Amino acid sequence: MDNSPLLSVEDLHVTYHTPTGLVQAVKGVSFDLGREKLGIVGESGSGKSQTGRAILGLTAPGGVVRAKRLEFDGINLLHADQRTLRRVRGGGISMIMQDPKYSLNPVMTVGKQIEEAFLVHSNDSKAEARRRTLEMLRAVRIREPERVYEAYPHEVSGGMGQRIMIAMMMMPEPSIIIADEPTSALDVTVQLQVLAVLDDMISERGMGLIFISHDLNLIASFCDRILIMYGGQVMEECRAAELAQAKHPYTRGLLDCLPRLDGAREELAVLQRDPVWLETRGGSQ
Amino acid sequence: MSALTLRGWLLAESPASKAQARCQRLFIGWLAFRRNPVAVIGLLIIVSLVLIALLAPWLTLNAALEPDLANRLIPPGSQHWFGTDELGRDILDRIIWGSRITLYIVGLVSIIVVPIGLLIGVVAGYVGGWVDNVLMRLTDIFLAFPRLILAMALVAALGPGLENAVLAIALTTWSPFARIARAEALTIRNSDFILAARMQGVSTAGILARHVAPLCMSSVIVRLTLDMAGIILTAAGLGFLGLGAQPPTPEWGAMISLGRQYLIDQWWVPTMPGIAILVVSLGFNLLGDGLRDVFDPKSGGG
Repeated sequence: MDNSPLLSVEDLHVTYHTPTGLVQAVKGVSFDLGREKLGIVGESGSGKSQTGRAILGLTAPGGVVRAKRLEFDGINLLHADQRTLRRVRGGGISMIMQDPKYSLNPVMTVGKQIEEAFLVHSNDSKAEARRRTLEMLRAVRIREPERVYEAYPHEVSGGMGQRIMIAMMMMPEPSIIIADEPTSALDVTVQLQVLAVLDDMISERGMGLIFISHDLNLIASFCDRILIMYGGQVMEECRAAELAQAKHPYTRGLLDCLPRLDGAREELAVLQRDPVWLETRGGSQ
Repeated sequence: MSALTLRGWLLAESPASKAQARCQRLFIGWLAFRRNPVAVIGLLIIVSLVLIALLAPWLTLNAALEPDLANRLIPPGSQHWFGTDELGRDILDRIIWGSRITLYIVGLVSIIVVPIGLLIGVVAGYVGGWVDNVLMRLTDIFLAFPRLILAMALVAALGPGLENAVLAIALTTWSPFARIARAEALTIRNSDFILAARMQGVSTAGILARHVAPLCMSSVIVRLTLDMAGIILTAAGLGFLGLGAQPPTPEWGAMISLGRQYLIDQWWVPTMPGIAILVVSLGFNLLGDGLRDVFDPKSGGG
């Protein structure tokens, strides 16, 4: 593992001004990302997706992002102009979204969409772009890439769509991928397939991954390191292998909610939320 | 496969190739369209208009623009089906040649109007904020004027003539297209695939041109066919007022205008081109209605 972090986030806040007052979606999240797989887990509304979007500068209108440090590859993402941000997006940091049904343009062929990212970030010819696209489709294990290249998104399955999405985001060779629930819209069997593709690509190319999910088990088996978020704050940070020994009561509560094959078949525990968690910065100091 | 008819091939449960699937989509669309007899009539009218305009030199016997004073104002009969006008010119021939002018106007106006409307609407809808406000108030100004009045003012300023009439009509017709394109862009801008494109670092112009505009096209096309009748009527109106095509040109509106003084005694002179305008604008309206039913996914046809 590389020592110098690719991305460092320190004290990130995302605030929304709404008619009913301030909504603090993210309250002081800090982490460093190296060439590793970092998982961010949390319930709905814990601010995990907002963290991902804030890094890319894609916070919805009305949201304000503040941070002590938000740095990628020596570029301060908070104060970068649009041109620099566009170069970073895709070229430096990419994002894979939840549902390929909505994240692929329905009236553009798959090949055209994958090529687009490549053509934006380099000056190569169309023929070269096509060759690279077919290669990338093969890399995400799509059979008959020539046929898929000409296909429209409604002509491919969900799992294929997500692999196409991965191909699209890998095309400009970013150094960080943010995957926001990339498998939540997919079947369980297809999930593993897509994750295997993602895993291969990441370890082959030595990239950093931020994997956002609500699925504790999935993250524990897929990632190297885990951040557990609740109410816009990081509750605990631990190595994936050591998740079972997590100390924070919130993490313990989450783990207790999960049914186990080898455990006793009693009534499942219900997560008891403690308001104290929201007041102090818990866990990893 | 040999036993299957073309129809069977077009309606096969599982298409064997991409080309077949594409033909099937077209054929199913056609079936939906055909179920609406009124739309088919519209299509027939427009197809015959195009054919007549294409075949004009072979359909007309004598030169339509040559006066023949010995045969002035002959009523409709076997010699001259639609009669002749005050200069002895065969009215049917002139209507046939006039169809070319009608198509010329309609075609040129569409070519000018669609890009303008699409550009303004898509930019307004996607960018939003004050850009949206400025562009939409501008559109409102054009929408607020009665179309013919504004076109008349423009032609009066530019000088009468067919080209200027086309320009004037185009400048008064783009506003509804901008509105439609904006409405579509407003829904498309929040789609995930736009976010995906932004995350790949695609510029705003690239997103507008390659992602937003193509999705606005189908509603714009339907609106365009529905607007054709209006364009034809405005062109004829301008011609009638002497602001469009100038006299020897067999433009239908101008023909009515010149024949107006003969309405009482030689009714066919202004009536025949009037019927032509009526039939063609009706044709475009019917076709537009039919197309809307086929294209509109909400109506569930097809």
